[in-house]
Amino acid sequence: MYLWNLLDFSLAGLALGLGWVATSSRDLKRSVVFFIAFGLLLSLIWARLRAPDLALAEAAIGAGLSGALLLSALRDEPDAATVGDIKRGQIASLVTLLSLLLTATLAWVLVQTLGVADPIRLADQIEAQLRNSGVSNPVTAVLLNFRAYDTLLELAVLLTAVLGILALGPARAPYHAGGPLLSGLIRWLVPLLILIAGYLLWVGAHAPGGAFQAGAMMAAAAVMLRLGGQAGAGLPKPAMQRVALTAGIAAFVAVGVARSAAGYAFLQYPNGWSGILILLIETATTLAIATTLALAYIGGHSGGGEPVDSAVTEPPAGKRN
Amino acid sequence: MIDLVAYGVIFLGIAFFAAGSIGILRLPDLHSRLHALTKADNLGLGLLCAGLALLDGDTLNAIKLLLVWLLVLVASAAAAHLIAQQALRQAEK
Repeated sequence: MYLWNLLDFSLAGLALGLGWVATSSRDLKRSVVFFIAFGLLLSLIWARLRAPDLALAEAAIGAGLSGALLLSALRDEPDAATVGDIKRGQIASLVTLLSLLLTATLAWVLVQTLGVADPIRLADQIEAQLRNSGVSNPVTAVLLNFRAYDTLLELAVLLTAVLGILALGPARAPYHAGGPLLSGLIRWLVPLLILIAGYLLWVGAHAPGGAFQAGAMMAAAAVMLRLGGQAGAGLPKPAMQRVALTAGIAAFVAVGVARSAAGYAFLQYPNGWSGILILLIETATTLAIATTLALAYIGGHSGGGEPVDSAVTEPPAGKRN
Repeated sequence: MIDLVAYGVIFLGIAFFAAGSIGILRLPDLHSRLHALTKADNLGLGLLCAGLALLDGDTLNAIKLLLVWLLVLVASAAAAHLIAQQALRQAEK
């Protein structure tokens, strides 16, 4: 027991330290690297809190894809460090104050919760209803059945974000074609990542995994392809991209509207159909999340492999590296 | 008995990680640091996975751990090569 405490305290201390370095460093590149390390540490903390679903999502999205996004942003804005310097002083104290306030509130709520003598725990209610949900992984049951509304609205948030990205204009400058080593690695990794995505999607019904983790894996494949020199990151044609982007919401709404028309509550799955409906919705959601994250990494709309107009998609020579 | 062997292997793996970390901190230039880092990745993780597989005793999990190790081997070897190549290119300029 004592050893576990030691581990927990070092994890918490490391999280504080890494967070401090990531936010206080004057060198943005350094901040980004420490932010990625912070994400990996958070995923360890989630694993230690026995939340493997969150640990997977944090490692894939929080550390991996966010890190890739930040690094590619740094590549395109080499002068951004000076902009940060001007604004940092004004905003930093406000952010610190708000963070301290939030921390204090959370600590107070935690203390209050620990004091409740006979708490009603949501986990018990989920456990009691789990066999009616169509899946045996409680996290998937909550995300896709008990609180499917939440997930639908989350997808709407993602769609709104990607619409904003698409509205910003064409994709960022692509990368040079990789050497033989990188190309070889990509040729091995991309099929493997797609396979892992399929596995995570399927296994989500009864073990940690699901649409978010699977979508992040497919997006990681897209990031690899783009780093290897494919400007379109392996995405399909723009028309198909739009279908994929809206697939998750479309699947949710189709099920919801069909059930409403039959006189049931919106997203109330019919008896015995929950499992297959959840798998269908999750498959569509995986596609939507993967396309969203891949487009976020590209940073704008792309012609999907073939440049539509070379004058627009061809980057200025100095920006390639 | 198997447990004892497993713990021994795990501690050996941890020793490699410790040596690799010290190497990153103490070695003078990028190339020797990369050398230290990849040794920790390859041997340290390999020994850790072997120890965990022995502790767990399940063949399927052992195969999964082996796959994890192989994936990290490939990725870290490629990443170290790319970093070293880029550093050489910058040094030439």
